[in-house]
Amino acid sequence: MTLPDTRGGVLAAEGRLPSERVALVDLLDRLLAGGVVVSGDLVLSIADIDLVRISVRALIMSVRESGLGDDEPFEG
Amino acid sequence: MTADTGVYLYAVAHDLGIREPEGLTGVDGRAVRVIPHADLVAYVSTVPLDRFGEEALRRSMEDLDWLDATARAHHHVVETVAEAAPVVPVRLVTVYGGEGPVKELLDRRHDDFVTVLARVTGRQEWGVKAYARAPASAGAPGRKAEEATVGPGTAYLRRRRSDLHEQEEERRRAAVGAERIHEVLAASAVASRLHRTQDPQLSGRTEWMVLNGAYLVDRDRAEAFRRVVDGLSEPGVEVQLTGPWTPYSFTVLDEADGERP
Repeated sequence: MTLPDTRGGVLAAEGRLPSERVALVDLLDRLLAGGVVVSGDLVLSIADIDLVRISVRALIMSVRESGLGDDEPFEG
Repeated sequence: MTADTGVYLYAVAHDLGIREPEGLTGVDGRAVRVIPHADLVAYVSTVPLDRFGEEALRRSMEDLDWLDATARAHHHVVETVAEAAPVVPVRLVTVYGGEGPVKELLDRRHDDFVTVLARVTGRQEWGVKAYARAPASAGAPGRKAEEATVGPGTAYLRRRRSDLHEQEEERRRAAVGAERIHEVLAASAVASRLHRTQDPQLSGRTEWMVLNGAYLVDRDRAEAFRRVVDGLSEPGVEVQLTGPWTPYSFTVLDEADGERP
């Protein structure tokens, strides 16, 4: 996993980040803890997946747990 | 649609008569298409259930390269369609049995989608992470002298207590600092959300992450927000900005919030 080591301000000044420069962990923060969760006649959703490999499970659980509880979005 | 394929859902948007860009492909390299229904459109692609069924995914999800490729493909579709109009992204790996259930979803959650679309229109998400540098407590002067007077065992225990105390203090200070940063940023944003701080193993950094925030900001306030972020770095605290993102963090909409019977 590679991460941009440049300061965020510099990256941001270049405009929208190309997808390939987005760190996977930042992306998963959003893809696994954000986005609409739907149900009803689903074949599958990520919640159904029982993750086995430790590294991936740690990665996903660390993100997924943040989607619950006291850090729901709030209007500020 | 056969029994061997599913419908992978990426995002929902208002039906503005805009159709998917030519040649846009999603997960597994499949072409993205739209399902228009009830003034909304769902962006989807057909996926083979031998790769996107429960059993296959159980195996695939153990593969970090697969997860990386799938997450990036999902993100690419969401970003591409978001260029044309506001969208509500759907959580990674949401697969339906066919187009019928997707249309039912657009009916059933119509008002929720419209509400969230209104919330994100004209706005972008920015990510702000703050890192505190680790306290330099090891190897402090005077330790050898202490060992000489009280013996190595007692000196070790004292040192251990002192280190733990210092670490606790450091954490407390960092938490206060993170809270202050979050408050400043939240005041410059329409909405804010805290993600769990990333483990150093995942962030690839040795510094300790004290803040992993997401901020929904009006498009025309983006420059001002960046300036606020730039002003937050200080000795011992590094602030990193990511984005702009499609507002993933502000489109959380659990089924429980809807009209569950």
